[in-house]
Amino acid sequence: MQCDQCGERPAAIHLTQIVDNTVTTVHLCETCAAEKGVQSEASVAKFPLSDFLASMGKGATGALPQGTDSGQCEFCSGTLQTFRETGRLGCPHCYDSFEPHLRTLLRRLHGASRHVGKVYLSPAEAPDTRKPSTTALRDQLRRAVEAENFELAAELRDQIRALE
Amino acid sequence: MTLDLSLLPDGGVSWLDASGPEEDIVLSTRVRLARNLQGRAFTIRASAHDLDAILECVAEAGRATPQLRGVVVFRLDGLDRLDRQLLHERHLVSKELAGLEREGGARHAAALLTNGDIGVMVNEEDHLRIQVLRSGFAIPEAYAQIAQFDGDIGDRVSFAFHPEFGYLTSCPTNAGTGLRASVLIHLPGLVLTKEIAKVLQGLAQVGLTFRGLYGEGSEVVGNFFQLSNQTTLGKSEEELLDHLGKIVRQVIGYEQQARDKLQRNAPTVIADKVWRAYGLLRYARSLSFEETMNLLSAVRLGVGVNLITDLSVYTLNKLLIFTQPAHLAARADRPLGDPELPTMRASYVRRALDEDAARQQKPEPGTDQQP
Ligand SMILES: [Zn+2]
Ligand SMILES: [Zn+2]
Repeated sequence: MQCDQCGERPAAIHLTQIVDNTVTTVHLCETCAAEKGVQSEASVAKFPLSDFLASMGKGATGALPQGTDSGQCEFCSGTLQTFRETGRLGCPHCYDSFEPHLRTLLRRLHGASRHVGKVYLSPAEAPDTRKPSTTALRDQLRRAVEAENFELAAELRDQIRALE
Repeated sequence: MTLDLSLLPDGGVSWLDASGPEEDIVLSTRVRLARNLQGRAFTIRASAHDLDAILECVAEAGRATPQLRGVVVFRLDGLDRLDRQLLHERHLVSKELAGLEREGGARHAAALLTNGDIGVMVNEEDHLRIQVLRSGFAIPEAYAQIAQFDGDIGDRVSFAFHPEFGYLTSCPTNAGTGLRASVLIHLPGLVLTKEIAKVLQGLAQVGLTFRGLYGEGSEVVGNFFQLSNQTTLGKSEEELLDHLGKIVRQVIGYEQQARDKLQRNAPTVIADKVWRAYGLLRYARSLSFEETMNLLSAVRLGVGVNLITDLSVYTLNKLLIFTQPAHLAARADRPLGDPELPTMRASYVRRALDEDAARQQKPEPGTDQQP
């Protein structure tokens, strides 16, 4: 089905309206819908992710750390390539394997990369380890400094200080 | 294997009862949490063996919680397409879990655990998609219920959680809190006054998103919109919900203003539109799903502005669900096509409206007027 507005691109959004007592359904492509101020969940969610994935594809875009493109997740053997293709990560360890990339992506998607909500403690974690251990934080701090992410480094330093 | 929804209290549609706050404008509130088990590949990369293990683990833990003690596990991968569609139409499972657009049907070990209020979809895009659905505009109530359950099941399994990124999800758009709250809202006033585009545009600017009645990628039909938070990371659960609640409250206000404006400036046009829609629903012999949704929208508006007083919102809610293809097919006990389906739909709608009108006109002595 073609877009009612431009007649060129395929219609992706179907908006039902009642105008002058008649029910009409307008079929729009994502471009024309965006011009009219209509967005679908798909277009909203897809655009930042696809933009981002496209920018990763271009390689050296300055903002992105380089050299890890050939990396593979040790746990699920997923790569950035598979992530680019599917938009889905393979396993929880992918977040560590592609950490710098994901931090940038999460910032773009959510405007932040640090979770500030509910803190989960798995049943395996004994009560006396309820405070997040500083070893993990120190590890993150080291990586933040390496990545010259000083804003995050400062945050982490404060957190480590608070725990000690 | 066939589906027996009678195993669920109210067939899993207690949220239709129109008992919640702002029930004529807000149909329902849904909160969902995305969770994954530690030490397993995410669903899309998991082996059949993994998927079985995930289901076994979640089912065992879920059924040990006070909320889901001993509930039935519906395995989607053993169900016919029509049954899977029925569960989807009833808002109990996503299109993804039902495998409606997937070759070969539902994914191996795709399942649903539910007591009617709280549901856990297992082996969806994430290992667990926990959801709570409530009648009306009830974000804090829905969250309190889901948070309690999340805690109870989280004590019995190990979720993948990262100190910096929070709950880890297959798609980074859900990471952090894993929380998506959505409110299903009916906005005919804003559509009629042509202010809807402005309102929807405003939503994007404040970090909310909207879609049609049946979830991701579905079209907006019958002036029903699902408003939800777009981001899940960097704000606490409470902040995300509070923000959504405030904006929805504003949208309800705009909708009420639009309705007032219509009533003031074009009372005859509105009355004609509402009664014409009611007449068509009451007497038509063939109705498409889309037409039904649009007519129900006009009639719902009529109830909202007190033009129609002898029709309950509950009946209108039920019609939204029970006029869908798989529900009509389930009643007929066989798949239906054209021209049978629109005919069956029209006769179902006629009967429901006749019954409601009769009940409201002639209450039996000693019984309540409301069903
Ligand atoms: Zn177009
Ligand atoms: Zn991985």
